[in-house]
Order: sequence, then structure tokens, then C-alpha cells
Amino acid sequence: MDANDTAVFTYPRSLSRTPTHYCPGCLHGVAHRLVAEAIDALGVREKTVGICPVGCSVLAYKYFDCDMIEASHGRAPAVATGVKRARPDLVCFTYQGDGDLASIGMAEIIHAANRNEPITVIFYNNAIYGMTGGQMAPTTLVGMKTSTSPTGRDPIDRGAGYPIRMVELLNTLEGPVYLARQSLLSSADIFRARRVVQRAFSLQSKGFTFVEFVGTCPTNWGMAPVEAREWAQKRMIEVFPIGVFRDREAEAAKASAAKEA
Amino acid sequence: MGEKILMKGSEAIAEAAVRAGCKLFFGYPITPQNEVPEYMSKRLFEVGGQFVQAESEVAASNMCYGAAAVGHRVMTSSSSPGVTLKQEGLSYCAGSELPVVVVNVMRGGPGLGGIQPAQSDYFQATRPGHGDFRYIVIAPATIQEAVDLMMDAFDLADRYRNPVMVLADGLIGQMMEPVVFREDPPKEYDKSWACTGCAGREKNIVNSLYLDPKDLEDHNFHLFRKYDEVEKNEIRVEEYLMEDAEVALAAYGTTARICKTAIGLLRAQGFKVGLVRPITLWPFPYRTFRKVADRVRFVLDVEMSMGQMIQDVRLGVVERCPVHFYGRVGGMVPAPVEIVQQVQRLLAE
Repeated sequence: MDANDTAVFTYPRSLSRTPTHYCPGCLHGVAHRLVAEAIDALGVREKTVGICPVGCSVLAYKYFDCDMIEASHGRAPAVATGVKRARPDLVCFTYQGDGDLASIGMAEIIHAANRNEPITVIFYNNAIYGMTGGQMAPTTLVGMKTSTSPTGRDPIDRGAGYPIRMVELLNTLEGPVYLARQSLLSSADIFRARRVVQRAFSLQSKGFTFVEFVGTCPTNWGMAPVEAREWAQKRMIEVFPIGVFRDREAEAAKASAAKEA
Repeated sequence: MGEKILMKGSEAIAEAAVRAGCKLFFGYPITPQNEVPEYMSKRLFEVGGQFVQAESEVAASNMCYGAAAVGHRVMTSSSSPGVTLKQEGLSYCAGSELPVVVVNVMRGGPGLGGIQPAQSDYFQATRPGHGDFRYIVIAPATIQEAVDLMMDAFDLADRYRNPVMVLADGLIGQMMEPVVFREDPPKEYDKSWACTGCAGREKNIVNSLYLDPKDLEDHNFHLFRKYDEVEKNEIRVEEYLMEDAEVALAAYGTTARICKTAIGLLRAQGFKVGLVRPITLWPFPYRTFRKVADRVRFVLDVEMSMGQMIQDVRLGVVERCPVHFYGRVGGMVPAPVEIVQQVQRLLAE
């Protein structure tokens, strides 16, 4: 192989070479790739069990090339609990959208986090129900129009509630070891997201790890992909701020370094 | 065989599960079966297992789904309103062909109902949640039988890769009787389908989603070929004093025991009465009822419900003889004398 043949793009081993059903401009594909890269980086594909949700990523069991379980709507963290209690030696991740995780699955995610189940939760937040055709999600922004909030999400006159911030909510619990939110809106964001996902997977043996991706849904937002990313950057990030909210291991390392110094 | 020990029903059921090789329990408190999770919360950690008090029955049944998906024996237990919530996870288990054992210690309903014994979940057990599927449903009438059936339940679940429901009532759960545990080691089953990590093989997928109608139809056909096998192989029924019987009582579980006492009283008065006791409620012993119907004057179906199993009894009898009903509900347990009076009244008609 000479210099001109150097591969500049390869599939992660943990990703199947199956065309996805995702819409043009959707960032699920990017999120899948980051998860697959993390599994490859840790060399754990052959002992990983992924759990996919109900929603746009319902077919993710086709896209990851590791053992996969399809869960019922919102229950992936409960299914993951069953997996890890039976086989603590396995690596287990759930992959969930905002309707799945923050609405119907709210009890399951809160309690899995509270028990500090050693799992990695990947949460794709695009503020809308994608698969069912663009209904209001628990993360839909105030004023945002969806097919079930046609005049915009109205928490006052229509009692439609406010966007729920999952990382901040989970950050009130004692249990979790890693909680982070990162966007997938630019190349630089994706680069940072790659590190965050790998960090989450690498800390899974310590306990509950959670990564929220701020993503888009061009189809149901009624926007072109680029416009959707710009809108998300402008509007979603102020509601869902980026950052590592908790890293127990880093905090412990820092504390012990300070003690030694 | 092991030694005879005196145990409460719920605890005996839990111990039987442990001895059948079940090391995982996921459940949520509900009366009258709390002794099952309480027992498991101590016992399972002694045998290197895991117990999780789940956030809800919905979560508990989905934890079972996860543990079964990696190929481990797993169980949950609950009572009627809780079982309604478990129907979600159990339908997914049936669709994904996962072996799970669920104990339902029935209480009265509808709604919150009460906490006293009932048999009003016959429909919920034999006509379960959404989609075309079946549980294998087994109904013990004594604590010893509960222990034996509990151990069989795990084998049935593994053999047919399907949920098995042990349908008991508050009396079975709460009373104490001497039991002996079988000592045969748990059987091994092929679980090469389980999600245990894909080392050295293609990936496994545990799934109940079939978006192509043809695929979903084929999947349903596949499940029902399996259920045909269950119907062929697994029907269990007790015929008690039926050889010379002119009247057949039909009852399961605790009610069947009460019927036996009533039959003793009736026979002492010269009435030739027997009992057909389905042990498997699905698959149901239709053929036994069909056979019996040609020989008796009538069948009296006795339940702690407003009449649920009677639908299956009638399907078995096919109008070959009258089928009458006597039921008590809400936690009211029929007394033997009530059943005696019913039989006498019907014979006098």
C-alpha cells in the first residue's frame, strides 16, 4: 500500500455495514458511529450487549455489530439492569431518544441511575418525537411547534409543561459516576463528543454513566440539515448547556492529588 | 428426596425457584405476595444471585426480559393489579421467545379491589396482554404442588422459550404446609440464542419487532406451532373420584381443595360426585371435560370469581351436559357446605 492508498475513512468494527433508515441530515448516524468507535477503542465488542429503544433508533439492533436487545418503549435501563445483574462481566449500553428516555421511560432511567447500575446510557435529544411523526417531546422547547403543539409548546395557557433537562435532573442523585451533555452540531463538537462517549464507556465498570447528545431532526423540524444545526446551536444549547456535569473518577483523582500536594 | 419441612406458601415458592437454579429476582411489593420478594432479598445473595426491588412492576418485568435475554433463569412475582403492569414486559418476552417465570398470587378486583384471595385473574392469565401469544399457566392447589410446579415452571419456560405463569391465590401464598423439595439438579438447555457477547460467532439479536407483515405473520405462525406442541405435551389435569361420578365439579387451585371436602360430605350422603381439576389452565384439558360430559348429569364449575374458567369448561363440554356455576368473590372463600347445597339443589331440579 503506498501513501496514496492510505485509508482516510473506515467503518468502526462495531458498526454493521447496513444502510440506515435515518433521514438526510439526521445525527443518529453520527451518534451510532461514536458509540461504535468507543466500543472498538476499548476492545470490548465481543462482550458488549446493546439495548435499543422504541423511536427513530428502534432499528439500531441492525446497525451495531454486537449482541443487541430490542426493548419496549422507555424500558431500556430496566432491561440493562437485568443484563448486568445476570452478567456483570458484560459491557452494556442503552441507546434512547427523548420520548423514550425522558417521557415514558422517566421512572426507569431515574431508578437505574439511582441504583448506580453499571451501564452506559446514550441519550439522543432532538426535542421531538421523530418516528411517530413529529409530536411534542418532554424536551421540546417552549414555543416550539410540533404536530401536538401546533401553536408552539405552551406551558402556561395549555399546560404543556417545560423542557426537562435530564443531565441536571440525574445530577441531583447520589449514584451516577459520569454525567455529560455534548452536541453533535459541528465537526469540533463531534470530536469532543467522541471523547465524552469513550470516557463514559471506560467508566462503566464504576457505575452509571450517561451521555446526552444534543442533535437535530431536520425532517420533523421542517428545516434543511444545515439550517437545523444552526437553529439547534442558537436555541437548544441555551436550554441544554454543554458540559461534563459529573465525573466521580476525575473528582477523586483531583482530590487525592490535592491531598498529596 | 429431601426432608419434610413446614413452610409458608410464598416462601416455599421462592425456595423452590432457588433450587430450580433461579438466581435472579426482580419484583415490586404488593400484598398478598410480599413474602416472595422478602425471602428472595435475603436468600439470593446467599447463593451468589441478585435481587432488585424494582421501581415498578413494569420495570420488574423488563428487568426479567433483560436477564432472560442473556440466558439466565429469572423470575418475578406479583398480585393481580401488579400483574396487569407486568403484562407489558411479558408480551415482549413471549414475542422475543424468552423464558421467564412469573408468580401471580391473585387478589380480588377490579381496580384496587382487595387483598384477600381470589381467582379473578383467570382471564388475565389465559388471555394475556397484547398480541397473539400464550403463557403456560399452572395452578397449584397445595403448597407441595406449588413447590413441584414451580420447579417444573423453569423447565417449561426453558423448553418452550416462553413465559410461564404460576397462578396461585392468597390462600396458597399465606398458609403453611409441610413440603419436600425435589433434589434433582436443574436441567441444562441450549441457550445459544442468548446475548452473551458475540465472541467467536455472529451477533445475536433478541427482538420482537417485525416491520414486514409477512415476517410478522411467519413469526406468529412459528409461535403457534410451538403452542401446538405445548398443547400436545403439557396438559395436566387431576380427575378425583370421577370413575362412578354422576356429577362433576370443575375447579382449580384452592377452590378445588374446598370442592374435595364438599365431595366427601356429598358422598357420605350417597351422592356420587367427583372433581375435574385443571392443573394447567393453558393448555386447558378440554378433552377431559368432553369425555366427562358424556357421563355426568351436569358439571358445576366453582370459582372465586364471577365465572371465568367456566368459559373453557363450556368449550370442553360442548353442550353435552348442562354446566352450572357457583362463585364467591372479593376475598369471600366458598365454604364446603355452600357447594354441597348447590349440588343438592341442582340434583333436586
